Amino acid sequence: MTARAWSLVGAVAVLALLIALPEMVRPYYVGLATRMLIFALFAMSLDLLLGYTGLASLGHAAYFGIASYTIALLVVRAGVDSGVAFPAALVAAAALGALFAPLALRARGSYFLMITFALAQVVWSVAFGWRTLTNGDDGMPGVTRPYFGWSLNNTISFYYFALAVVGVAALLMLAIVRSPFGRALRGIRESESRMQALGYDVWRHQYAAFVLSAFFAGIAGALYAYFNRFVGPEYLYVVQSAEALIMVILGGAGTLIGPAIGAALIVFLEDFISSLTEHWVLVLGIIYVLVTVLAPRGLIGLYVDFCQRRSIK
Amino acid sequence: MTWVIHILNGVAFGMLLFLLAAGLSLIYGLMKILNLTHGSFYLVGGYIGLTVMQLTGSFMLALGIAVVAIALLGAVIERFFLRRFHLDELPQTLVTFGFLFIFSDLSLWIWGGDPLMLNVPHIFQGSVPMGYYSYPYYRLFLIVMGVAVAGALWWFQEKTRLGTMLRAGVDDAEIARALGINVSLLFTLVFAVGAALAALAGVLAGPVLSLYPGADFEVLIFAFVVVIVGGLGSLRGALAGALFVGIIDDFGKAFFPQFALFTVFVPMAVILVIRPTGLFGRR
Repeated sequence: MTARAWSLVGAVAVLALLIALPEMVRPYYVGLATRMLIFALFAMSLDLLLGYTGLASLGHAAYFGIASYTIALLVVRAGVDSGVAFPAALVAAAALGALFAPLALRARGSYFLMITFALAQVVWSVAFGWRTLTNGDDGMPGVTRPYFGWSLNNTISFYYFALAVVGVAALLMLAIVRSPFGRALRGIRESESRMQALGYDVWRHQYAAFVLSAFFAGIAGALYAYFNRFVGPEYLYVVQSAEALIMVILGGAGTLIGPAIGAALIVFLEDFISSLTEHWVLVLGIIYVLVTVLAPRGLIGLYVDFCQRRSIK
Repeated sequence: MTWVIHILNGVAFGMLLFLLAAGLSLIYGLMKILNLTHGSFYLVGGYIGLTVMQLTGSFMLALGIAVVAIALLGAVIERFFLRRFHLDELPQTLVTFGFLFIFSDLSLWIWGGDPLMLNVPHIFQGSVPMGYYSYPYYRLFLIVMGVAVAGALWWFQEKTRLGTMLRAGVDDAEIARALGINVSLLFTLVFAVGAALAALAGVLAGPVLSLYPGADFEVLIFAFVVVIVGGLGSLRGALAGALFVGIIDDFGKAFFPQFALFTVFVPMAVILVIRPTGLFGRR
C-alpha cells in the first residue's frame, strides 16, 4: 500500500476510535478526551503560524482567551443565548488577530516573539485588572452550554459536540494548508525574499495566516468556555501560550497531526502529574528543556528519522 | 513638586529596568539569544539576597552573594544548554523558557507564595526633605547605582580590551574568532554578566517592589517593552528605553491606575509602527 493509503486507513481508524471512545472508558476519561480535542485544535491553530508560516508566537492564549471571555461576557453579563455567543466569540478572536497582526508583523524572529508575548499580556492584564467587568482573578462562572435541539449538558453529548466542531475545524485547516495559499505560506517560511521575488505579497499572506490562526484558536477557546462552564484569566496567561507552543514542538511543527498528538500528550501528562504533585509548572519546564534538547523536531521528526533509517537498511 | 517626585520615582524604577534590559540586550547583541530566563535571574537573585540578608543582616553581602550565585547559574545554563543551539533562535528561546518555568516553580516551593520585602539597609533609611514632601534615600541610591552601572558598562565596552573583543564579537562573531578572539569564552562571560545584572536588579528591587511569585514574568514583560522601545543589542537603547518606560509607568500608575499597563504599551505600539527595531536597534 502507498503512504497515502496508509494515512487514510490511519485516519479512519483514529476517527472510529474517537467515536467509540465513550463506550469504552469511564466518563472522567471522556472529559479528559474532550480537553485533548480542544487543545489539539488550539495547538493546530498555532501551528498554522509557527509550523507553516515560520512565525513563532508566544501570545496565542490571547485569541483563545478572548473567545472564552466573549462567550462568558455575553452569556453571563448580557444574557445572550449561549449558541448565539459562539459566532461572536470567533469574530472577537479574528478581530483581535487582525488588530495585533500589523504590530507583530513589523518584526521577525525574537522581536516577533516578544511583541506577541507583550500584547497577549496586555489582554491578560485587562481581564485580570478590570474586576467590575470580568471579576478579575476569580473568573466568571455560570457559562451555559448552547442548545442546538439537543442538550449538551452531559459529558458524552458534549464530547461528540466537541469532536464534531474540532473535526470540521481540522478539515478546514487541512484544506487551507493544502491549498495554493498554504503552499505559499510554506514558501514564505523557507524564504521570504524568494517568495517576494516570485511576486507573492508576503505581508498579506502572513497577515491572513495570523488572522486565520487567531480564528481557529478562538474556536478552541469558545469550546473550552462551554466545557468548563467557567472562564478565568489563566485562559489568557503566558502559561497557556507556552503550553500551546510546546504541544506544537513536542508533536512536530509543520504538520497538523503532530500538534494534535503533542496536545493529547501534554493534556494527559498535566492531568496525570497534577494528580501526583502540585508542581505541574516545574514538570512543564523540564519537558520544555528535554524536548528541545532531545527531540528538537518533535515526535514526528523522530518518526521520520526512524523510517528513513529503516529504508536505508 | 509632585511632578519631581513622580519623575524621580520613574527614574528609580527606570534604573532597575535598565539593569535588567542591559543584560538582556548584551546577551542578544552578542549571541542572538532572547533570554527568557532573565526574569528568573531577577527573582531568584532577589530571593537569594533576601535569605543572605536574613542570615547575616548585611546588604552588601546579600548583593555580592546573589550576584555571584546567579552569574554562575547563568554560566552553567549557557555552557550546557544553550551553546549546542548556537544561532538557532527558536530552540534557544524554548530552553530559556523552560528554565523560566522551572525556576518559577522552584522558588515558589522554596520561598513560598507571599510577597517578601527586603529591609532597607541602615545607611539608606530615612528620607531627604523636599519642600512639603520628602524623598527616601534608598530610591536616590537606586538612581546613583543605575548611573554607576551604566557608566561602568560604557567604560568596559568602549575602553577595555575585553570590551573591544565584545564589540568585535557583536559585529561579526566569525571574523572575531578568526582573529584569535576566544568567542566561546566571551559568550559564557557575557551571559554570566547579564545574569548578574538581573540578580543585582532583583536584590536592589527587594526593598521597593518586594519579591513574589509571578514577579519574574512581570519584570520580563517590562524588560521586553524596554528593549522593544530602545532596540535590542544597544546599551544606549536600553538606558533610553528604561528611563522612558520607568517614567511613563509611574505617571500611568498615578493617573490611570486601572489601566497601568496600557500607558506603557500604547507608546510601545506607536514606536513599533515607526521603528520596528526600536530607537537604537540594529537589524
